[in-house]
Amino acid sequence: MKKKFKLDEVDCANCAAKMEDAIRKIDGVKEVSVNFMTQKMTLEAEDDSFEAILDEACKVIAKVEPDCEVIR
Amino acid sequence: MSKRLKRQLKQILIGLSIFAVLMVVEHTCGFPGILGTRWGELVLYLIPYLIAGRDVVKKCFLGIKNRQLLDECFLMTLATVGAFVTGENSEAVAVMLFYQVGEWFQSYAVGKSRRSITELMDIAPDFANVERADGSIEEVDPEEVQIGDTLVIRAGEKIPVDGTVLEGQSMVNTSALTGESVPRSAVPGDQIISGCINGEGLLKIRAEKKYEDSTVAQILELVENASSKKSKTENFITRFARYYTPIVVAGAVILALIPPIFTGNWMNWMMRACTFLVISCPCALVISVPLSFFGGIGAASNIGVLVKGSNYLEQMAHLDTVVSDKTGTLTEGVFHVTRVVPAEGVLEETMLRNAAIVESLSTHPIAKSIQAAYTEVLEPGLARDARNISGQGLIAKVGDSTVYVGNKRLMEENGIDYREIQDGESTVVYVAADGKFQGAILISDEIKDSAVKAIREMKQEGVRHVVMLTGDRKGIAEAVAEKLSVDEFRAELLPADKVQAVEELLARMSGDKKDGSNGKKKLAFIGDGINDAPVLSRADVGIAMGSMGSDAAIEAADVVIMDDDIGKIPRTIRIARQTVGIAYQNIAFALFIKILFLILGALGIIGMWWAVFADVGVAVICILNSMRMLKRKGL
Repeated sequence: MKKKFKLDEVDCANCAAKMEDAIRKIDGVKEVSVNFMTQKMTLEAEDDSFEAILDEACKVIAKVEPDCEVIR
Repeated sequence: MSKRLKRQLKQILIGLSIFAVLMVVEHTCGFPGILGTRWGELVLYLIPYLIAGRDVVKKCFLGIKNRQLLDECFLMTLATVGAFVTGENSEAVAVMLFYQVGEWFQSYAVGKSRRSITELMDIAPDFANVERADGSIEEVDPEEVQIGDTLVIRAGEKIPVDGTVLEGQSMVNTSALTGESVPRSAVPGDQIISGCINGEGLLKIRAEKKYEDSTVAQILELVENASSKKSKTENFITRFARYYTPIVVAGAVILALIPPIFTGNWMNWMMRACTFLVISCPCALVISVPLSFFGGIGAASNIGVLVKGSNYLEQMAHLDTVVSDKTGTLTEGVFHVTRVVPAEGVLEETMLRNAAIVESLSTHPIAKSIQAAYTEVLEPGLARDARNISGQGLIAKVGDSTVYVGNKRLMEENGIDYREIQDGESTVVYVAADGKFQGAILISDEIKDSAVKAIREMKQEGVRHVVMLTGDRKGIAEAVAEKLSVDEFRAELLPADKVQAVEELLARMSGDKKDGSNGKKKLAFIGDGINDAPVLSRADVGIAMGSMGSDAAIEAADVVIMDDDIGKIPRTIRIARQTVGIAYQNIAFALFIKILFLILGALGIIGMWWAVFADVGVAVICILNSMRMLKRKGL
């Protein structure tokens, strides 16, 4: 499953890259891109565990940027 | 302004006011009693410090917890705490405030430019009005529209999905998609494309595609993905950062540890090391280079040109050779009868009628042009016993006579005494009836008005070589090539030959380079995107024209010109060159300031203030420079 989420908001280009790297390491993530310019995250992951993976990704994002919120 | 920016601005302003009051009190009458001691002052100054800089301190601890040391927040905290320890309280607060102001302004500028770029591409419809079976109208999200739904589009509304007009008449503004300011008319039966804005009339359309398959959704998807295809310049920055960061960190460690062994004064060297690290932050580069390219892509989409990646925009700036297909690109792609030459004693009307009747059996573009030239109505079934002679023409019975319509070989093979017409630019169709020559019809494809100018402008923008490829006869190609003043042409090519021609040109450009790459010089191919997909993908940059609504062309090309105005190519090259220019300026400026300040910082000539400037100040300047791309008018 592939889904797009809006991020509110990624503050720096470097943070976006950090998030992307960290989310890619989560188990079950096929592909992820965090786009600083459009403030969007595209996540592709296993269908059955998508929600769990998304939760994990949100945690990772909160670690890099505490103020950044994923709008689901 | 986002909620967070507002909150941060408030924090900065409160911190700044408290700081100002403290400074005034300290320098006029001094702090009374216990507040006048060293500890008292520290506590007082910590108040504005924590109000303005608590995000930074918080992130610093988070960074330590997540083992992400050496980020900016860690450095700023270390540097300011160092200042507090050495008793320079006001210095510590001022540096933190200055840093926060810079950071705030940076976020603000990035947010603003992001918004102005998305505004440029503001084509997404917000809602759709669906007419239900009972005649009621319901407003829904465009994504909920089903194929076959009837949609009502009022004056000034955006067309939510691709569809066909059922009722009503209007002029539709396509400028958001094509950059074309002249509205198109829409009448029942017309295809209508999502993202266009309805003019004065009320339209009812039938949804032909779901939102996610509609033109507007595809375009938005493309533009959003464009910034993830990185240009060489961006990749250079990433590679550069990989070496730069460890070198700078090593430099800072040496600065903090080695000199104090000889001179003592640990605190001073520690501060210099911190200054050094703050200066070194590569933020200005990391943000401003992609922002320049994003701005360039935005500016291009504003004139109706989709660039599918930063890398393609960068290559457009280095075009050396432009190869173009002829038909439909440089020429209108529509054949017209330009001259009718009846034989002596034959009426023009008679000859043209015979030709039109026979050609009504064919769907070839040339046949269609002859049918169009004969304005009288022809009832069907006038031609009988038609024979199609491949590579020659048609023979058919019209009434009692046998009519021959075709090229000179058809005339020769059938022993007809014809008068040959020499005209390089046109295709000549000869007509004969019952063995007697009736005359000739000259047909040609008109050169686009804008093509000559576009080629001249491309040359002004640094393109050295313009090549035309065509499947047409050599004579026609030669005449068109001369009119357009292209440097070279290749005629009588089959589709596969075009790929080969492009490969030859690429090989010639690479010249004696051993790796076979063409270095900085790039080759673009311009086609209509319908049957030249292999050529589009073989060229460095594949440009498809006239592709509004054509999924195949949007798919195959790297750069898509939404309408068929070839004049947009030089404009896109101009945008590309300016974008690359701005990116280079940013890199040069940021690196120069950083290296200069790193040296000055290591020598202890400049302090934390300047270090903060070199970090956020330079970033803000670079961002503002990138935004120039969006302000340009009349490109």
